[in-house]
Amino acid sequence: MKNFTLNPVLNKELTLRFRSFKSYLGILFYLLALGLIIIGFIFIETIAYGQNFFRPSASREMFMFLSALQLGLVLFITPGLTAGVISSEREKQTLNILLTTTQSSTSIIVSKLVSSVAYLMLLIAASLPLYSIVFLFGGISPGQFFITAGFYLFSIITFGTIGVLVSTLIRRTIIAMVTAYSILLFLTGGTTFLTVLLSEISYGYYGGNVSGFFPFPYFTAMLNPFFVLISVLEPSFNDELTQYTGIHFPLWAAFLISYTIIAAASMVISIKKLRPNMQRG
Amino acid sequence: MIEIIELTKKYGKFTALDSLNLQINKGTVFGFVGQNGAGKSTTFSILATLLAPTSGTAFINGYNIQKDTKAVRRQIGYMPDFFGVYDQLKTSEYLHFYGASYGIPYQERQKLIPRLLELVNLSHKKDVYVDLLSRGMKQRLCLARSLIHDPEVLILDEPASGLDPRARVEMREILKELKTMGKTILISSHILPELADMCDSIGIIDHGRLIAQGSVSEIQAMLHQERTIVVKFLGEAKRVISFFEDDPFVSKLTEMEKGSLQFVYRGTEEEQMELLKRAVLQDLQIISFSEEKANLEDVFMEITKGASLS
Repeated sequence: MKNFTLNPVLNKELTLRFRSFKSYLGILFYLLALGLIIIGFIFIETIAYGQNFFRPSASREMFMFLSALQLGLVLFITPGLTAGVISSEREKQTLNILLTTTQSSTSIIVSKLVSSVAYLMLLIAASLPLYSIVFLFGGISPGQFFITAGFYLFSIITFGTIGVLVSTLIRRTIIAMVTAYSILLFLTGGTTFLTVLLSEISYGYYGGNVSGFFPFPYFTAMLNPFFVLISVLEPSFNDELTQYTGIHFPLWAAFLISYTIIAAASMVISIKKLRPNMQRG
Repeated sequence: MIEIIELTKKYGKFTALDSLNLQINKGTVFGFVGQNGAGKSTTFSILATLLAPTSGTAFINGYNIQKDTKAVRRQIGYMPDFFGVYDQLKTSEYLHFYGASYGIPYQERQKLIPRLLELVNLSHKKDVYVDLLSRGMKQRLCLARSLIHDPEVLILDEPASGLDPRARVEMREILKELKTMGKTILISSHILPELADMCDSIGIIDHGRLIAQGSVSEIQAMLHQERTIVVKFLGEAKRVISFFEDDPFVSKLTEMEKGSLQFVYRGTEEEQMELLKRAVLQDLQIISFSEEKANLEDVFMEITKGASLS
């Protein structure tokens, strides 16, 4: 509480989060899970090719696998960390007192989001030694690595804002969590299903000629962070999608725009709804 | 100063607060009395900018609760009836957090917090985790928290609820101290006698309506225009009882114990003075002749029976 350059809510959130033993256990289990999967991947890769060594050419595949896995894990954790930030304060009866201070709603909401994002970034930073295994075998440029890290940060912030929004709007934490996970499921699994389905429809519609203009799979794919990650790491995916949809606009740019709108809208609504509108009863 | 004008809060068809009008002057301790669901907490939540009124408005030190919310928050220290604490914070950290939330610089907080902890008798608990404190200590800490930005107005919703008798006494002493500091205090309680000797004025709220307002004795006068008199005397009881029973304004005369009786008197203050004068002239050996202080709980029970006084 000594640090007065930090926002008090952020300062308090970070103090509480890192004073809890559970946070460190979370990091431990996260790294254990990630490490075991990587070792498993190397083991399977070695056996599959009947060799006693890991092929350096498989390093790129492992990087993509690891990136997708990390994205999945981080997105899975995000609603758990953010969907209770406001509702749990309400349930613990600490929110009312906080709202009678002169802290602005923006400051409270942003601080809550930043503290959650900070923990998730710590998880990612803690996994860097595991990434070094990939670099050991080569095949990945530092640029690709930094793009992936930036992509994580952006996805975490967006899903974090969705979590904070449902936490603000829904009074019960458990219901807020279920809602946040449902939205996450739609934006990952739901959009995957729709993209595949719409691509199949497109294929059937054009009778096998996939060079037509059927933009709908693009609109669902641009909301799916896994498709966007693949498109960033494997540009051929972009070409294939362009063939199906006729849209040449990069998928990552569409993702950036749509997720920025989602994040901004979530933040604005959260800030507006945190306190009552005193002018309207 | 607090000014409440035609304040109304409705939840669908249910009216929680019905055209409440109230004026509390600076430095006054005002007790808000009412049963559960009477509208006390609703009023306090609106004044604390936590709930929007359906109609009407209120001003705190001239700031409108609907338009100047930030200024109002700076003016008030709010203590809700139910509140939680952050488990992993120590007592001094808890106060630092709220101090910082009001924009108080760290150096200033360093001086202020020990003083506040001393005021609420928690100096010895400054390094203890908040969740390890007893209920009474948490209540006192919350009170210290509400004072961190030195507000002029304190809105305390049942600050003594759930406390054991000793903790209640401690809380009452702290509130008396705050009264001497010149704070305007709006306080609610179910423990009615707690308010009687602490409040300058009380308001009785029932079904969202303020049905009586004034000092405890004013409210009692408003109710019956009668007073309870206790007389202590020496000598023969029969003669004393007979004397008072003969007065047309005396009723419900009861002998309480040896050398003491009580009755209800309906006359004016001048007539009461004459009664005492005659008793002394008749050589009734009166030791004391006094009005019994109104029992607020009785008043409350009487007033909230359903009869509206307004």
